[in-house]
Amino acid sequence: MNVSGYLNIFLALVFSPFLFGVINRTKAFFAGRHGQPIFQLYFDLGKLLRKGAVYSRTTTWIFRGGPIIGLAALLMATAIVPGGKNGAVIAFSGDVILFIYLLGLVRFFAVLAALDTGSSFEGMGASREVQFALFAEPAIFLALAVLARRTGQISLSGIYADLTFETWQIAAPVLALVAGTILIVFLAENARIPVDDPNTHLELTMIHEVMVLDHGGVDLGIILYASALKFWLLGSLFIGLVVPLRTGNAGLDAVVFLAGMTVLGIIVGAVESVMARVRLLKVPNLLLVALLLSVLALIFGMR
Amino acid sequence: MSSGIDSVLMGIILMNLWLVATSRISACIKIVAFQGILVAFLPFVAHASSVTVETSLFVLATVALKGFIFPWLLFRALREANVRREVEPFIGYPVSMVFCVFIFLISMWLGARLPMPRPVFSALVVPVSFATILIGFFIIISRTKALTQVLGYLVIENGIYVFGMALLVEQPVLVELAILLDVFVAVFVMGIAIFHISREFDHIDTHHLSQLRDWTAPKEEVRP
Repeated sequence: MNVSGYLNIFLALVFSPFLFGVINRTKAFFAGRHGQPIFQLYFDLGKLLRKGAVYSRTTTWIFRGGPIIGLAALLMATAIVPGGKNGAVIAFSGDVILFIYLLGLVRFFAVLAALDTGSSFEGMGASREVQFALFAEPAIFLALAVLARRTGQISLSGIYADLTFETWQIAAPVLALVAGTILIVFLAENARIPVDDPNTHLELTMIHEVMVLDHGGVDLGIILYASALKFWLLGSLFIGLVVPLRTGNAGLDAVVFLAGMTVLGIIVGAVESVMARVRLLKVPNLLLVALLLSVLALIFGMR
Repeated sequence: MSSGIDSVLMGIILMNLWLVATSRISACIKIVAFQGILVAFLPFVAHASSVTVETSLFVLATVALKGFIFPWLLFRALREANVRREVEPFIGYPVSMVFCVFIFLISMWLGARLPMPRPVFSALVVPVSFATILIGFFIIISRTKALTQVLGYLVIENGIYVFGMALLVEQPVLVELAILLDVFVAVFVMGIAIFHISREFDHIDTHHLSQLRDWTAPKEEVRP
């Protein structure tokens, strides 16, 4: 029995909405407000799950299936992503690729569901989402490839178990570049501020929020929970890299990991408080920087 | 301690990338100054065991010149020339960045094939210096302003300095001091030249300069 793996899944499922509370409280702190309760997303989820859903007559099963398929794919991804040093429940050679394509599947069905509504407004968001994914996906692919080459492992759990302080001492520049790439992709994929503003409802700028406008009730709850999970999973890739602490005790490692994720939430909140959104036309440039950083890391790691 | 050297070299490469992606001339001047300071400290990182008073004085002189005097001269030229504060490249910023990474890839290939007279302290020194020199050339040909060409020239100098670190382990100081003096005079003269160009032609756009030519006599009309 891989107890620490199940501990990971438990942490991801229970604590992922908590991070959004941390972000909101950080932003409220910067703005001098008191802010909403730290467990607000749990309350929202509870409220939404008790509601019914309204469906437009123009939509088909794709619109209804989108959120569920997205959640299912992310739950599968939860089983293969390690939390810090604690390996995942399922680990096999090449699960890196499965992880990235599970995220791709989530995006694909989110985009299809948005297009299925027939609203030009949502089509705009879908188009942007796909356009940015064009840069973000190779970036994260290359970043994980660099890590795989550095550690000599091809499963996510193996890679992250082998990243220790010694790896950082030997190859600090390469790992720092990879961390930069993963951070930018993490912010872009989760529609956080340098790329997308989660609070705005202005049609000219929003990307992710616009795609889920027609979902309501239970479906919206599922989407909110799925985006919290996605935030958690990509964040754990970042935290596992920059916090290479290994105590040997699964429980302690989990506590370190959880603390790291909370700090990540605070960092994201701070970034959102002090930075403005990048102009929409400049977003591909930002993602190109992420891609080039990982290419540089690959060249540096190749010699 | 290879990681420390590699971090500095990586920093130099990242500065190059940042430079070609920056649109403000004043920001570009600051980046080049910062790169100069980073490069100047390379002897401390690379030959940490054999730091002498001469090396320290040399590093100090380099930092003062590249980090403070050059930017000051360039900022003065920028102010006096009174031009638009944007770089106005021939080649756009994203393409430039991709190109720079490509240059770095070629430099890695080149550096791996170049036989060195003695083992170098890091395998990355030669590729990084090549890449920096080539990116300096790239900045010169792909940017229109005379001021950015001076910046490209300084980037080339930084690359040569890194290369000197790799080759001249014992006595880099004399050679480098001579180069430094040359560069100082060059930047000084170019600062004045930019001012004169802008006063004469109301801009420092070099691609108009290529159309300059001597006065030619009008052709004689052919009478039937």
